[in-house]
Amino acid sequence: MADPEIKSYAPHHESQSPAVTESRTARTVLMIVTFAFLGIFLLLPLIIVFKEAFAKGIEAYTQALSEPDTRSAIRLTLLVAAISVPLNVTFGISAAWAIAKFEFKGKAFLTTLIDLPFSVSPVISGLVYVLLFGAQGLLGAWLKAHGIVILFAVPGIVLATVFVTFPFVARELIPLMQEQGNGDEEAALSLGANGWQAFWYVTLPNVKWGLLYGVLLCNARAMGEFGAVSVVSGHIRGLTNTMPLHVEILYNEYNAAAAFAVASLLAGLALVTLVLKTLLEMRYGAEIAATRGH
Amino acid sequence: MEVRVANVRKEFERFPALRDVSLDIKSGELIALLGPSGSGKTTLLRLIAGLERPTRGKIFFGEEDASQKSIQERNVGFVFQHYALFRHMTVADNIGFGLKVRHGPSRPSAKEIRRRASELLNLVQLSGLEKRYPAQLSGGQRQRVALARAMAIEPAVLLLDEPFGALDAQVRRELRRWLRDIHDATGHTTVFVTHDQEEALELADRVVVMSQGRIEQVGTADEIYDTPNSPFVYGFIGESSSLPVKVEDGQVWIADRPIGLSAPHAPQGEATLFFRPHDVDLVEECNGCIAGTVAASRRVAGTRRVELEIGGERQRVEIELPVDHPAAQKTRVAFRPRRWKLFPAA
Ligand SMILES: Nc1ncnc2c1ncn2[C@@H]1O[C@H](COP(=O)(O)OP(=O)(O)OP(=O)(O)O)[C@@H](O)[C@H]1O
Ligand SMILES: [Mg+2]
Repeated sequence: MADPEIKSYAPHHESQSPAVTESRTARTVLMIVTFAFLGIFLLLPLIIVFKEAFAKGIEAYTQALSEPDTRSAIRLTLLVAAISVPLNVTFGISAAWAIAKFEFKGKAFLTTLIDLPFSVSPVISGLVYVLLFGAQGLLGAWLKAHGIVILFAVPGIVLATVFVTFPFVARELIPLMQEQGNGDEEAALSLGANGWQAFWYVTLPNVKWGLLYGVLLCNARAMGEFGAVSVVSGHIRGLTNTMPLHVEILYNEYNAAAAFAVASLLAGLALVTLVLKTLLEMRYGAEIAATRGH
Repeated sequence: MEVRVANVRKEFERFPALRDVSLDIKSGELIALLGPSGSGKTTLLRLIAGLERPTRGKIFFGEEDASQKSIQERNVGFVFQHYALFRHMTVADNIGFGLKVRHGPSRPSAKEIRRRASELLNLVQLSGLEKRYPAQLSGGQRQRVALARAMAIEPAVLLLDEPFGALDAQVRRELRRWLRDIHDATGHTTVFVTHDQEEALELADRVVVMSQGRIEQVGTADEIYDTPNSPFVYGFIGESSSLPVKVEDGQVWIADRPIGLSAPHAPQGEATLFFRPHDVDLVEECNGCIAGTVAASRRVAGTRRVELEIGGERQRVEIELPVDHPAAQKTRVAFRPRRWKLFPAA
């Protein structure tokens, strides 16, 4: 009876407290479940994406990617990311700065508001823009009168993407800046630096790894967003299709090889992001407050 | 540079951290702000620096009203309690920072900045550590780099918040002497915060004792120690014993017995008697003395401390005896304070 008990407290689990050390069988079962789950739901699909993409050979793969509509979708995705990521970096830094370094009324509310895009379905985010800018929308008539096109065009896609990605940078920086406090900035000011110099020479270097991490996640989401963009894009081939939308169209047309070819690019992006993220965490884990779930 | 704090009040969301504080700091003086936690020392220091604005009152640098000036314009060297060194910059870059961020002709060349940094490192006895990062320094070394960085801008006033607070006792004592030397060599008007009275009394030209947002007493170490002007200062600085007493007919009484101390000028009525445990005369037979039974006794280095219970109220006081004094063995000890002070009961 006592034997398995003793084994489970063997010295090589010293770092765990005995109270949480499960018996060996329980641990094995948990590990198997976890790995099986990860394998079936994450790894397998990824493998299938690449397998399908190359099912008809390298030639078909490159051809699928050089098709004009596909190239246009890639270009649009890059453009959208190129606009929305810098916007959200600016917003994220300002919001984090305000929340971490100043006391003001409504701070808790602002913090909650920043998380809104995480808690609301992306489709709803898209619909909000339709309600705002659509022909029947709040500003629709005014926009039409002034010849401004937002919906079913690039501006709408950018807006929707900005909306769904805006928590990433801010959420990364807020805890980091809060933890660092005002001390370094006050030191810089006392040495004669103006606000901008304090930011550039002191604040920014202090949060650079967290910022990079946030940018990485923000970029991955900006390129991969489907729901919100789908609602506002209008799916005009060669014009308002981003990569994720294009994948869906190709797939619906039973063009599986091309669909998976484009999908493999997105999957590749995800993998690169993951690797960079892991590297960053390994190297600068302490600086990146990595306790929040993304 | 002279600094004058005039009737300053500082509230944080209505909580008064400082209430009507006035203080004249002489040019070239080394002055300590001493007080228990929460007494407003840091707040006063930050107000002088310009990191906070007073709710009321003014702060003068020389003849000039500095109250409305920003921290940059005040040109103060501030050493933070936890140093606040820029962790991504080398020691040399940290020290040169204040010069690098200057504008126009007052900004020295990069070469000149490096030279100044080395010179200051030399002053703080850290030559050769230019290329290190703060994380690669010991606590005491960081402290010195922080001081060098603050001095690089040739500040009008040097302000230090618990400069040795985070260091162990040994290093503290070393740096204390060293700070005194640096101060004597450079002559900066210097204000430092501490809650270590030994540090304040040993190091400072004058000590400012603070409590609950007020200045209790300002004076040299001797003045503060020998003539405390309030029960708080008596209790806070050095060791003290106190007893509730009564003043009548110019005599000090405990219960219904005079204790042989005459106080012709003290107001009649309830009062508290303060004295130092080591400042007592033992007396053999008691006609006019304080007598009590030994309740506890402990050895403190070269002396013995005994705790006496006095009178029916069993008030406890501590006095000091030579280790080999016969009285230390007795259960009943009689004594009379040599130097003492009365404060009317609150
Ligand atoms: N930013 C602030 N907001 C609100 N209250 C504050 C703030 N700064 C200080 N206080 C309050 O003002 C009082 C004085 O604080 P201060 O920091 O000056 O004390 P101190 O004498 O430096 O104490 P310590 O020895 O613990 O550092 C304290 O009661 C503190 O809680
Ligand atoms: Mg303090």
